[in-house]
Amino acid sequence: MEIVNSNSASLSNYEVLKHLQKIKESKIKHGGQLATITYETLHYLEEAQCKNQTAESIAACIKDLEPFNLNKSEKLMLVNTPPTTALEIQLMIEESEDRLTEEQVQQILNILVQHFPHIAPAKQDDNQEEEEEEENSD
Amino acid sequence: MFILTEMKNVTRILPENFNMKLNDAIVRELNKKLANKVVLNVGLCIALFDITSLKESFIIPGDGASHTIVNFRYIVFRPFMEEILVGKIRSCNENGVHVTLGFFDDILIPPNALQHPSKFNETEQAWVWEYDTGDGGKHDLFMDIGDCLRFRVTAESFTETCPPGPSGLQEEDSTTTTNKIPYNLTGSINEPGLGILSWWDN
Repeated sequence: MEIVNSNSASLSNYEVLKHLQKIKESKIKHGGQLATITYETLHYLEEAQCKNQTAESIAACIKDLEPFNLNKSEKLMLVNTPPTTALEIQLMIEESEDRLTEEQVQQILNILVQHFPHIAPAKQDDNQEEEEEEENSD
Repeated sequence: MFILTEMKNVTRILPENFNMKLNDAIVRELNKKLANKVVLNVGLCIALFDITSLKESFIIPGDGASHTIVNFRYIVFRPFMEEILVGKIRSCNENGVHVTLGFFDDILIPPNALQHPSKFNETEQAWVWEYDTGDGGKHDLFMDIGDCLRFRVTAESFTETCPPGPSGLQEEDSTTTTNKIPYNLTGSINEPGLGILSWWDN
């Protein structure tokens, strides 16, 4: 066996989820290791945010993120694990303090909530004190 | 965290599988060979993505099987450095916190990459972040098994694992080789926003 190109493309969690679901649903009988890894990976992905995403919502979201000058892996992280707070943006985007203004960070958060509305409610279950907490921007 | 890797292989199809369509037989062989395996310096193979090209099949004298050169793309788990991932705590010990993603278990957050100051609680067998509340007191934040945590990938290492030699020949060697972990990730949670998800909820 020969490795032609060890990293020819990055895949989003959503794409992997769809592909594995297709394998699982196909009629062909799979045994052994493929069944194990498909089951375990699906289990992980189904708990993650990507189960409520669609190809269209991701494409639209990436398009809206264009003006912020983010690199590919940063955008990939924003889609795979959509942040809901400015703190999380700071983690995912290198030197975000220099590259983005506070206003832009808020814009990114709004874009993510707008395209992936399912990420918002999870944060609001318990005590929300003085923190900003945008009121269910629909 | 997932990538596509292009690979090339000469796939051998046994005569008993000649009743299957060639494509299906090859897909099956490739998945049998690679799924849930770590390829050195590539990552953990998950499943076949697609076949990009199939060359003509040939036979070799003395072998009833057919051989086909196939180019294909495989889904591989290989997070990039500095990627933020979410996993669950598998176990804690003096060496740090072991994290699992369900399909991948070999992630370690060493003690020096935990929130500062953290210490290991022997009786509870858990790491505790002694969070400074600012008024001189401290608040113990436990890291329990099963908790979801967000971490940053800081390093990866691949180890070559050879198949064990003939049994009986190297008894003492075989015990050491079975403990080798082919693909190891190191994580860190020593930044604000990283660690147990509930720490940062409000």
